[in-house]
Amino acid sequence: MAFGIGDLPRMISGPVGLASRLRSVTLALTFTVLLVMQAGSVQAQSNSIQELAAGLAGADFNETSRIVDQIAATGDSGAVPLLEALVAGDLYYRKSDNAIFIAERGGAGYLLTDPFSGAAAGEAGRRDVTKVRVNNSLRRDIRSALGGLTLMSTDADVRLDAASAILKSRDPEAIEALDQAIAAESDDGVKLVMERARAAAILNSDSDESTKIVAVETIAQKADQEARSILLAVAEEADGALRAAIDKAVASVEASLALWSTAQNIWYGLSLGSVLLLAAIGLAITFGVMGVINMAHGEMVMIGAYVTFLVQEVIRTQAPYLFDASLLIALPLAFVTAGLVGIAIEQGVIRFLYGRPLETLLATWGLSLILQQTVRTIFGPTNQEVGAPSWMSGAFELGGLTLTYGRVWIIVFALVTFACLVVVLRRTSLGLQMRAVTQNRRMAGSMGIRTTWTDALTFGLGSGIAGIAGVALSQIDNVSPNLGQSYIIDSFMVVVFGGVGNLWGTLVGALSLGVLNKFLEPYAGAVLGKILVLVFIILFIQKRPRGLFALKGRAVDQ
Amino acid sequence: MITKRLFEFTGLPGLLMLLALLVLAVYVPYANLVLEKGSAFHLDTSAVVLLGKYLCFAILALSIDLVWGYCGILSLGHGAFFALGGYAMGMHLMREIGTRGVYGDPILPDFMVFLNWEELPWFWYGFDQFWFAMVMVVLAPGSLAFVFGALAFRSRVTGVYLSIITQALTFALMLAFFRNEMGFGGNNGLTDFKDVLGFDLQAQSTRIGLYLLSILALIAAYVVCRLIVLSRLGKVLIAVRDAESRTRFIGYRVEHYKLFVWTVSAMMAGVAGALYVPQVGIINPGEFAPANSIEAVIWVAVGGRGTLVGAVIGGIGVNMGKSYFTGAIPELWLFALGGLFVFVTLFLPKGILGLLSNLKRKRAASEPDGPGTEPVKERA
Repeated sequence: MAFGIGDLPRMISGPVGLASRLRSVTLALTFTVLLVMQAGSVQAQSNSIQELAAGLAGADFNETSRIVDQIAATGDSGAVPLLEALVAGDLYYRKSDNAIFIAERGGAGYLLTDPFSGAAAGEAGRRDVTKVRVNNSLRRDIRSALGGLTLMSTDADVRLDAASAILKSRDPEAIEALDQAIAAESDDGVKLVMERARAAAILNSDSDESTKIVAVETIAQKADQEARSILLAVAEEADGALRAAIDKAVASVEASLALWSTAQNIWYGLSLGSVLLLAAIGLAITFGVMGVINMAHGEMVMIGAYVTFLVQEVIRTQAPYLFDASLLIALPLAFVTAGLVGIAIEQGVIRFLYGRPLETLLATWGLSLILQQTVRTIFGPTNQEVGAPSWMSGAFELGGLTLTYGRVWIIVFALVTFACLVVVLRRTSLGLQMRAVTQNRRMAGSMGIRTTWTDALTFGLGSGIAGIAGVALSQIDNVSPNLGQSYIIDSFMVVVFGGVGNLWGTLVGALSLGVLNKFLEPYAGAVLGKILVLVFIILFIQKRPRGLFALKGRAVDQ
Repeated sequence: MITKRLFEFTGLPGLLMLLALLVLAVYVPYANLVLEKGSAFHLDTSAVVLLGKYLCFAILALSIDLVWGYCGILSLGHGAFFALGGYAMGMHLMREIGTRGVYGDPILPDFMVFLNWEELPWFWYGFDQFWFAMVMVVLAPGSLAFVFGALAFRSRVTGVYLSIITQALTFALMLAFFRNEMGFGGNNGLTDFKDVLGFDLQAQSTRIGLYLLSILALIAAYVVCRLIVLSRLGKVLIAVRDAESRTRFIGYRVEHYKLFVWTVSAMMAGVAGALYVPQVGIINPGEFAPANSIEAVIWVAVGGRGTLVGAVIGGIGVNMGKSYFTGAIPELWLFALGGLFVFVTLFLPKGILGLLSNLKRKRAASEPDGPGTEPVKERA
């Protein structure tokens, strides 16, 4: 029984609620009597949590409550595991020496853990230990004590969690603890949440109107769904100036929420647009630059996705620690594989069909069927599982937006791929030759460019890019033999919409179609939105048959 | 005299095909109805239905050949017109079910009762009348083709661009028909038909009747195509196919010619779809799938584009192959189909009929006194 009179002032001024403070005073008085009775055992006055906790052994509810309050008063976050165990009913004391342990069933009876160091403390028989009992009112006390302690924790994340918990519970008893915590807080982000939590608690308490109006303003500063629900919850009971303030705050929160939801739509649109861009970017080369209608383009994307799958399979069995790098390893492999398949197709079929676009279309459609069936024969018709590396999972918040890392990376990846392609076409000798051959084949040939070779490389480049698009799309789509089919029409739409032969047109086309699609979705639904976009493109092509950014100059027509 | 005129009209392949169709029209009902089950020449009713299906596909192939082979418009969306005709027919058959449906509603088809619809949507009005449905069979695909074609041809969308937007058209229609709210049965489409004009659809006699009707329709479609192709208008179409700008510069309103043949072709495809639906007993949005339309194009390519008989041969032949492969070795069918696409475009640019006429020319050229005509060099 390590407890002294000297603790009383601390107890009274401690960061605990009013009610428990009053209770503490009365309890302290009774305890003085107890102290006199046990005068012999009174030890040096100490407030360390270890010693306070020792008193829990054999304590009744009142005593436990008092000790909890005292522990809370110490503000020592080292007591958090102890209190958590207590509230969960996992705290026991050993009968032989009254030592306190966190115990869980195991071994002969219980496995013991020291509540402060977290170190294992051996085992105990079922009859050797007794539970420190708690009841419901005690649990409430402990929770609020825990809130106070965690608010003062040295770990910023723990403090943030505690503040968020109070923001959810809006418990008026936490106001004082929050006041203290805010005064001591050094982290701006955590402080903000604490102030919000305090404001929410104030709105829930019986404070006067002017305090509450200030609190309303605090809450409205960050416009999110939570602010809206907090405000709407108190709006019911409020009247007069407070009601007006709340209504105003709700209106401003809702306006800003609408703004954020527009931003979110744009984000989703860009995200969809980047997927379209990835799918179409290779086609912008084969169709846009070379003029080859490659209906097997989607299958190149599929090949890229399957390469990713294979890479992950090998990594899973051979070198699991490389899993996070699996996509990076898959990228070059997918590029080379799809590129080689593309070159083979060009050499084997397409080069015999130059100048006959409609036949090319049919032949490549046939090739796409063969490629699909080949993959189906090798891997089976079912979806293959492709995992996401850790750096692609999770999400973060930006203002009122929730952005998932996967989508962010895909947008970044699409733009980087696009930029690389532009650089290759504009700045390398291969790009120069490609453009020369597509602009005037015979003249390019006269200048010493091996036109047939350039054709094969160009087609290989377009296919390879489709392959690396497959690596990215394997993250958001089912990897199945039909993967490519779902992209082929969209890809052609993007290239035709943007303007054939114009890479920038493809970029603008993909992103604007993506955004358009996402803005139609809330009004029309996903399927109807897509239909409307298709109809829009069909009509658009009537108006501008050469796309959004048509190449200037005399059209080479017959 | 008449036979000579007929021969001039059809040409040798056409005459042979018409004769073959007449033989089929007589032989199949005979083999099915009269011959004993044990006989080697007996045909099951299921085989009759299958043949009827092929005939519908042949009509679809003819309609594609008319625009592609003679006017150079490669449509990757003819399946849409086929399906629209099929839906028009299906809607009539649905209305004819009446109270015999699962829910027994005298007016609403089963799927509408299932979706808790209170009354018939306006676009279902009139489909209880057979004549109205028949008008819609040609009018629905026809008007869609007219509007689409008028827009596309006026703004001179040609070549692969046109192909791609026709594909987008059928894709959009597929998505639309998959929606329950559209009022066409959504995913499941229209099915559970009972009878047509009072004849039980399951009855053997009805099936033979539909089969004969398909043969008649095919012959009629062939005659219509032939009339168009042989007329002066047909010559202009071929000119458009071979050199569109030149034809325009000479003074022809190219888009009018294209629009006419495009619309006729779509109506023909609609008729094919309307005959197809009662024979297979179902129409669903899958018929709009772009893959179906492209497959239909390859029928024409295999048989020989620009030869009407070739389209019919391709339409029937490829589908017989499909039935065989998907039954016997299903995993090989896509390889075979894909290979067919590649092989035909690379090695048989004029299809089977083109190959035959080339052989004939070669033989003629190798004979010293033969009339040896030089192969006409045509632009693709």
